[in-house]
Amino acid sequence: MTGTAFIVGSAYLLAAVLFVVGLHQMRAPSTARRGNLVSATGMAIAIVATVVFALIDSGGQLVAWVALVLGLAVGGAFGVIRARTVKMTDIPQLVSLFNAVGGGAAAAVALADFVLHITGGTLPLTASIPIALDVLIGSVTFSGSLIAAGKLQGVISGKPITFPGSRILNIAVVVIALASAVLFVFNTHSLVLVLVILAASLIFGVLMVLPIGGADAPVIVSLLNALTGLAVAMAGFAIDNQAMIIAGALVGAAGTILTLQMAKAMNRSVMSIVLGGFGTADSSAGGGPVDADLTNIRQVTADDVAIQLAYAQHVMIVPGYGLAAAQAQHEAADLAKLLTDHGIDVKYAIHPVAGRMPGHMNVLLAEANVPYTQMLQLDEANAAFDTCDIALVIGANDVCNPDARKPGNPVSGMPILDVDHAKSVVVLKRSMSPGYAGIGNPLFSDPKTGMYFADAKKGLADVILAVKEYVSA
Amino acid sequence: MIETLFSNLAIFVLSLLVGFEVISKIPSTLHTPMMSGANAIHGVVIAGAIVTASLANSPAGYILTFIAAALAAANVFGGYVVTDRMLRMFTKPTPARTLTKEDAS
Repeated sequence: MTGTAFIVGSAYLLAAVLFVVGLHQMRAPSTARRGNLVSATGMAIAIVATVVFALIDSGGQLVAWVALVLGLAVGGAFGVIRARTVKMTDIPQLVSLFNAVGGGAAAAVALADFVLHITGGTLPLTASIPIALDVLIGSVTFSGSLIAAGKLQGVISGKPITFPGSRILNIAVVVIALASAVLFVFNTHSLVLVLVILAASLIFGVLMVLPIGGADAPVIVSLLNALTGLAVAMAGFAIDNQAMIIAGALVGAAGTILTLQMAKAMNRSVMSIVLGGFGTADSSAGGGPVDADLTNIRQVTADDVAIQLAYAQHVMIVPGYGLAAAQAQHEAADLAKLLTDHGIDVKYAIHPVAGRMPGHMNVLLAEANVPYTQMLQLDEANAAFDTCDIALVIGANDVCNPDARKPGNPVSGMPILDVDHAKSVVVLKRSMSPGYAGIGNPLFSDPKTGMYFADAKKGLADVILAVKEYVSA
Repeated sequence: MIETLFSNLAIFVLSLLVGFEVISKIPSTLHTPMMSGANAIHGVVIAGAIVTASLANSPAGYILTFIAAALAAANVFGGYVVTDRMLRMFTKPTPARTLTKEDAS
């Protein structure tokens, strides 16, 4: 072992330790930011060590280094600018986009390794198998994550997209990709086979994600995130780079756990989401809105809501997808502040999957300066609903559907917020249209519930104006 | 060759196990930043782009170097910055208002 190899090896080891410590610290809100910085430090060490090693060990061509620097500048600038300017409501699609480019980079590294050896001797299995797997997985996550980002952004319909014969086409594409991967392993000079793996995997990524509903997209993004980790680990095997093997495997494992926990919080199984994409999805997910029955419900105005809020002692705000979609987190926080300043106790009840992906609502409220001590998780919130004078539900539906306690419907068994335990309820919603589960919500026709039909942002602004009348008088 | 493979495989499998263990239970509050943070870590593929650059010796290699570098850089730099932006909001100190209220009473 040469001196350089020893130093690089030690640097990689240190980077690996920092990745693990960083990930571990990200489990708690108070240490999470430090954890991310620890992991970034590990990354910086790994990058510097690799540059030093590459310069000393192989030197390389000037053109290649220029290409590298240009690429880093372009990609780095794009990434940092997007990361700094993205609206917090658009985080899910940006994470998906960053995941896509990671998969694409892993595939490109494997392709470059293949090109390097195309004129040389036959590649050993220890290189050809990782190259084939890397191109395969990396390409699937690249195109799949791009489609998922498009769905979350609304560029591509969030509804499951299927067409006649899509299932057969799916299977055919998978068989072609796998068969050419196996052939390549024993025929490592074939450019055609590599291109077929590449093309088939890219097509499969698209076909896999297109039929998945927009609400399930975050779980798929998380799953693809784990797969990108594995693709990077495979790239590490191909070019014998231990930092990539370690970090890739860490992300593969961590991403898998995260995917399972997200799916559980959404009351879905990963299998049903993925297989749903293969044409077995239940039709209710994409079904049209159920005809609104307005006879049993009590409609209220902004003024009614304001009176109730101004004379309450304990208020619970229940934010949901509608609040995120209308970007009304600042209005919600303003209303809460107005009430708190008036001596009213205000808390937020946050369902694990409120917002556009698990944990997203906490990010949105944190952006609007809500201290995380005011954000109650499911269990804490449910303990507080019994003493709550008014629960203000903003654009949430399925997560507070009492039917979840009964068997035999799409939300059965899903953990819910016990909004119906509050003394009175106001639901701010644009219409009676059902949530993702596609079923009605008996909470809306409960006698103690007032329905306030408005866009979340506009509706809250009107309530704030009305509350000001009462608290200033 | 076979020793390298097995030491790499051992590293791979042990890292998988560490990944499962270190993550195990995450509060749902942090699912989004955690996903973004893990996403940034697989940006380590940037090391692969650097190695690729040091070995490339053909036009195809140079082009792939550029592509790998651009994609990996977007992943790693964008990933860490956006995760930090999210987490900075979580760790913000509670507003001074609560303090003054306690001071007054």
